[in-house]
Amino acid sequence: MKKAISAACVLVLAGCSSLTPPQAWEKGNLAKPGMTMGSDTLDERFVQHIYSSKENASGGYGVGGGGCGCN
Amino acid sequence: MKLYEGALAIGLCWALAAGSACAVDAGQPVPQIELVGSTGAKKLSDLQGKVVYIDFWASWCGPCRQSFPWMNDMQRKYGANGLQIVGINLDAKRVDADQFLSQLPAQFALAFDAKGESAKKFGVKGMPTSVLIGKDGKVLLTHQGFRDEDRKALEDMLIAAMAAKAN
Repeated sequence: MKKAISAACVLVLAGCSSLTPPQAWEKGNLAKPGMTMGSDTLDERFVQHIYSSKENASGGYGVGGGGCGCN
Repeated sequence: MKLYEGALAIGLCWALAAGSACAVDAGQPVPQIELVGSTGAKKLSDLQGKVVYIDFWASWCGPCRQSFPWMNDMQRKYGANGLQIVGINLDAKRVDADQFLSQLPAQFALAFDAKGESAKKFGVKGMPTSVLIGKDGKVLLTHQGFRDEDRKALEDMLIAAMAAKAN
C-alpha cells in the first residue's frame, strides 16, 4: 500500500514539471499597480530605504521589478 | 518494489520531456508569421528585401512608452532607405492597445496578435522584445527591453543592416 502511494506521489510530482509559467506577453495583469506588494507608497519608500541600507541591495519592487518583468 | 521503480522511470521520462523554450537566434531565417490587423503587408514574407525591425509590445509595458517615440523617429529617418518597423501588439484586449496608441501614436506598421502566436514562434522571453531582420530574411539580432543607453547602439545596428548588401 505504501509503495503504491509513493509511486502515485512520484508520478504526480513529475507531472508538475509540465506546468509552464506564464509567457512574457501574458503578464499584463501582473503589471497593474494593484498587484504590487506595497500598500502605502510613503511607507513603501521608508521600508525600501531600510532594506537598501541594511542589505546594500535595492530595486526589485514596484511594477517593473516584480510582476511584469519589463526592463 | 517494481511498481515504485516503474513509477520513478515514468516520472523521470515525463520530467525530461517537458518542453524547453527556444528563442530565435541570430543567423537563423526569420519565422514566417501573418501580420493580422496591419494596413500594410499582410505577411512577414511580403517584406523580404527590406530591413525589418519587429517590436513586440503591449500597453502595460513601461519601456514601450520610451521606445515608441524612438521607433517613430527611426521610421521617419530611414524609411526611405528601406527600413520597415513593425510593431506587433500582444495585448489580450484590443481596447488597451487602442488606449496606448491614442496617447502614443505609431508612425510605423502595426499588427495585433492577442493570442501571442507570433510571439511563441519568435520565442519571446521578455517584454519588450525587438528583432532585427536583414534584407536576406535572416535574423540579425534579438534585443530585450528598452533603455536609454540602447538607443544609439540599436540605431547603429539599423544603419549597418541597411548598408549591407542583399544577397
